[in-house]
Amino acid sequence: MSLRPILQSGKFIVTGEVGPPKGTDLSHVLEETKLLTPLVDAINVTDIQAAAMRLGSMATCHLMKDLGAEPVLQMVTRDRNRLALQSDLLSAWALGIENVLCLTGDHPILGDHRAAKPVYDLDSVQLLAAAKGLNEGHDMMGNELEGKPDFCLGAVVSPGATPLELQILKLEKKVAAGAEFIQTQAVYDVNMFAEFMNKVSHLKVPILAGVVVLKNAGMARYMNANVAGVTVPDDLIKRLSAAGAADKQAKEEGKKGGNVVAASIEIAAQLIRDFKPLCRGVHIMPLGWGHHVPKILEAAAV
Amino acid sequence: MTITEPKPLEEILGYLKDVSKVFIIGCSDCATVVKTGGEPEVAAMKETLAANGKTVVGTMIGEPGCHLLNMKRQLRENKDALAEAEAILVMSCGTGTQTAAAAGDKDLPVYPANNSLYLGQVERQGHFRELCSACGECTLTRTAAICTVTRCAKGLQNGPCGGTTAEGKCEVSPDRDCAWYLVYEAMKSGALDPLREYVAPKDARLRPGLRPVAPEGGK
Repeated sequence: MSLRPILQSGKFIVTGEVGPPKGTDLSHVLEETKLLTPLVDAINVTDIQAAAMRLGSMATCHLMKDLGAEPVLQMVTRDRNRLALQSDLLSAWALGIENVLCLTGDHPILGDHRAAKPVYDLDSVQLLAAAKGLNEGHDMMGNELEGKPDFCLGAVVSPGATPLELQILKLEKKVAAGAEFIQTQAVYDVNMFAEFMNKVSHLKVPILAGVVVLKNAGMARYMNANVAGVTVPDDLIKRLSAAGAADKQAKEEGKKGGNVVAASIEIAAQLIRDFKPLCRGVHIMPLGWGHHVPKILEAAAV
Repeated sequence: MTITEPKPLEEILGYLKDVSKVFIIGCSDCATVVKTGGEPEVAAMKETLAANGKTVVGTMIGEPGCHLLNMKRQLRENKDALAEAEAILVMSCGTGTQTAAAAGDKDLPVYPANNSLYLGQVERQGHFRELCSACGECTLTRTAAICTVTRCAKGLQNGPCGGTTAEGKCEVSPDRDCAWYLVYEAMKSGALDPLREYVAPKDARLRPGLRPVAPEGGK
């Protein structure tokens, strides 16, 4: 079953995310999958995330299907031309993968193979159009397919990006090209997000707000300095910072800490509660903290 | 303008390690403006090679270095010096080096003294900007005469990625303007309608180096 019936159901949607390993040991990813599967509607699998070379999304998605998960194959246009992208989409369908999130992908210069040739033969809008074409039974050149997929297609948007007007303009193109659901970049400013949702209310597409679990104050500061379109408000940084100091103190006294983890879980849960009246769901990106997602969802009471 | 930069001297001396007599070719156009192969640079190279034990048997400035017929004529005019030469060093772009190789004696090795970088605008002396990548399908009409094929790090056609910083810079470098931010700044006072249209993927057959059917000597 693809995400489509869930999108149409009207329920509050929760998606998670796992990142394949750099290497062949998938045990951690598959453990996280087992943990998340009963709690979420689908699990994204990143595609060479942050342009750091690693095991592929398609193989991981396929193995996750065997565990009963509903994977969302992330597909970036950075590394493959239109022949390979279309071929991989057909391959993914043959392996039982039914959801695809179409992205452009971080530039190679931000990753760990900085001299790699960036491909970008298509952009995310063009990839959506190509995938929709495959759903309709033809390739980008109009050649008829023998057997066709029926992907549920998704796209992304960055609600905090500048200039927002161009982000929305591109989002409109993505929806027109075939996006059936939208997952956003991490959002921490609920008022800003509410404003964004007002501006895109004309788009009849489910939007899932991005929740990146803040692991500590340092990570929050790093995101503010380095991740375009993401702003972690000072009060959240202060909370994490205070929790970090409390943990340090506890350690010195030989006591059990856990204040940072607790604050991190509460922040994520609060965001989810705040997003609930504003949009159709949340996309939780735990970045390796999948084992804390059950507690986050419990605290968020969704 | 083809923007070039001089190769490191060690690399050039490496090409010439078994050569004692060298003929140098510069270029009257781009390499003169860029100062990688005009009269002064050719004269300086002559001195440098002499200081490294080479004999420069002759020099000339191609008019320009990428013009095959002129190159053939100029090489004929220098045939006595070339008869002595064991190698030609070309202080021009990659096209100039290949033009010299195609026009000259097939047994005479031709070596490049420069790296060719890009097609560039001359902002001021020594400062150049890459604005066009010769994609073969100019769409500057749509984007306020700002090329997103070249100036967006990903060459995006349908709008920006999520990597524009609050200052309007590209996520790949704080020194690089986001092309889409520039387009937006240029267009925001009027209608953004030209940007709403879906733009189909580019035709790679028209791109530099990817023109599989361009005939020899054709366009």
